[in-house]
Amino acid sequence: MQEGLAFTPQLSASGIAQWLWLVPAVPVVASGITALLKQPRRKLASGLAIGSLAFSLVLSLVAFVHVLTGWSHGYAVREVVNFTWIQAGTANVDLGWVLDPLSAVMLVMVTFVGLLIFIYSTGYMAEDENYTRFFCFLSLFAGAMLGVVIANSILLLFMSWELVGLTSYLLIGFWYQRPSAAAAAKKAFLTTRVGDIFFLLGIVWLFAQTGTLLFYDHGEGSLEPLALGGLLVHHSGWGLTAAGAIGLLIFAGAAGKSGQLPLHVWLPDAMEGPTPVSALIHAATMVAAGVYLIARVYPLMSAGMPAVKFGYGATPALAVVTWVGAATAVFAALIAVAQNDIKRILAYSTVSQLGYMMAGLGAGGVAVGMFHLITHAFFKALLFMGAGSVIHGAHEEQDVRKMGGLSKFMPVTFVTYAIGMLALCGFPLLFSGFWSKDAILEAESLWHPSHGPFYLLVFGALLTAFYMTRQVCYVFFGEYRGHGHAHESPRVMTVPLAILAFFAIALSAIGTPAWPWFRAFLSDHAAALDFHGFAEPGLVMLMATSTIVVLIGLGIGWWLYGNKSPRAQEPDALEQKIPTVWGWLRDRLYVDELYGATVIAFYYWWARVADWLDRKVWGGMVSDITLLFRGWAHLNRFLDTNVVDGGFDKGCEEIATSGGLLARVQNGRGQTYLRLLALAVVILAAILIWSGRG
Amino acid sequence: MASPLSGYLLVAALIFAIGLAGALTRRNAILVLIGIELMLNAANLNLIAFWRYGPHPEALTGMMFAIFSIAVAAAEAAVGLGLVISIHRHTQTTDLEQMNRMKG
Repeated sequence: MQEGLAFTPQLSASGIAQWLWLVPAVPVVASGITALLKQPRRKLASGLAIGSLAFSLVLSLVAFVHVLTGWSHGYAVREVVNFTWIQAGTANVDLGWVLDPLSAVMLVMVTFVGLLIFIYSTGYMAEDENYTRFFCFLSLFAGAMLGVVIANSILLLFMSWELVGLTSYLLIGFWYQRPSAAAAAKKAFLTTRVGDIFFLLGIVWLFAQTGTLLFYDHGEGSLEPLALGGLLVHHSGWGLTAAGAIGLLIFAGAAGKSGQLPLHVWLPDAMEGPTPVSALIHAATMVAAGVYLIARVYPLMSAGMPAVKFGYGATPALAVVTWVGAATAVFAALIAVAQNDIKRILAYSTVSQLGYMMAGLGAGGVAVGMFHLITHAFFKALLFMGAGSVIHGAHEEQDVRKMGGLSKFMPVTFVTYAIGMLALCGFPLLFSGFWSKDAILEAESLWHPSHGPFYLLVFGALLTAFYMTRQVCYVFFGEYRGHGHAHESPRVMTVPLAILAFFAIALSAIGTPAWPWFRAFLSDHAAALDFHGFAEPGLVMLMATSTIVVLIGLGIGWWLYGNKSPRAQEPDALEQKIPTVWGWLRDRLYVDELYGATVIAFYYWWARVADWLDRKVWGGMVSDITLLFRGWAHLNRFLDTNVVDGGFDKGCEEIATSGGLLARVQNGRGQTYLRLLALAVVILAAILIWSGRG
Repeated sequence: MASPLSGYLLVAALIFAIGLAGALTRRNAILVLIGIELMLNAANLNLIAFWRYGPHPEALTGMMFAIFSIAVAAAEAAVGLGLVISIHRHTQTTDLEQMNRMKG
């Protein structure tokens, strides 16, 4: 909550900002080239993908350093490059990109994590016959995601957003021969589409209200004070300003992409895709796009925020974001407790952590939510890639009950996985997850409207520590219960794990209360090193609380599952204690069944009605009309064959016959022609003489 | 039959008929050409006769006509003979019965 001097804005685009479009464009081009390659060109395909993303990473780092330099000199860097795409009358469709701290941080994260996952994929997918296709999709995904990040136009953002959705569909359904993968891909696509409809409505409304698609346009963009003022004056009913209502519509889109309640159902099923995809798309980057979107339109969401003396206020839109986020965090964490698929546990944990990010955004602002986004991206990518390594090592086994004791066989995976797990649990002091989660909890505890989200999130933290301990105990401790002989993964897979593990710890440095560098960077204030940050009594209490909660979670988990190596057939330790609740949680709180019974049942019913309408009403009309036209056609055919054709045939015959007769005259002998000529002259003379008489 | 014109016309008609008959019946191209020349000269005779016994015998119109006609006939005969010679070179015959390629 420290207020530094506001920085002078810097808006003119520098060289790097001019060339920022290359960051998404290069992977997209690489993907296009890969698409044209023949299947056996595996090395070239992965080389292209990795090379292009490495190029993007370098460019992103240059951009980041540029923003950093500006920031350290006291400039609020926000460089925009806009251009008109389509001009129709007076309305312009503008596109553009923006380089500011938010996009710079996100660019570096996406390209860096993405690059590690690309490298990891060369090991994980080495046996797959559709290796080139995989890298083609991965590059396209990276390009689209980077497009979302740099977009300065909500339309460009939406186009990239949909491309991201498309590549997500392609990658979840990568093993489309499996019916479950195809179904999961379809489910993901359709569920996110529900949110996107609202998002599109929000875009249209925003465009109608402000007359511009650009976020920042030298004072005329939709996120700048002028437009926001206009949006606040306009009321849309239910006590919402236009800004709030548009914000909520956009949040619906973000909720779809980021797996918030009630649109979270697709994310766990998306684990049908290859594990690197789960790590890249459904843990680190794509699902973060929703959070990033909210961070991007945060000025819109927070417009008209009531002033509060201490802590954080809320607009209706942000209150919704906070509550939905907190509810999602607990809901998903509860379900994660009772899952047995290693990736599914991580998927629910991702949903839960995305809830944390949303709650952080809603209550504490951009920096709080984004910090958790960045740290989460690293440790969740680490966890997923670790899970991939485990699956690889345990011969494609995904059920945690059939693993166990892997710490002996896979030491590198175990150590890195443990680091990721502790970061996710928010183990005190050392791990980045602790600081980012703490920042969110702090924001919630100071949130003005209610303390409800705070308690929910603390409970969520307890559950997180518990289910992660359960998973780690199942996978790495006890005896090996799987088939075959478990083995460590190749180096191309473990090295990225180690790098990510390093960052899962190292990232704590930029977000501790003593040196809130990240927050200062995102909100254009100077960062100061101040160890008194630790000494605030409220903060100490909070850190103590979260430490205790995490330790309780870890303790219960160890007490129930540690070193016990239960058999697969045996009921779960928790199931023995509370069988009813366990059943609910194992069946994912019946959300899928609920949707099956309501939304999908309604669609089936509606489809049947439509089918009936089609068959009986429209079908009847169409067949009647068809009959009419068929009768008409029959009449026409009769007329054609008997009248038109007959007459025509006769005429043709006559012409042919007379032609034949005349042809006999033209026999090529000059004398015959001369004879005819003489005859004609005689006849002519006769006529002349005859007429001369009268 | 007092006017000598009728006599000239009769002679001309006779020559024309002989020429026509020759042109239609002969199979030798040269003889056909001769027949055509006869017909032409019959026409020339008519021209001269109509001029001499016409309303203005003092104007030299008919004479000029005939001279032109003879000049054209000479040119035509030259062309015709040329054609016959070239056909003969080509087919080694002047028999018209065998020259039947002038058809579509």
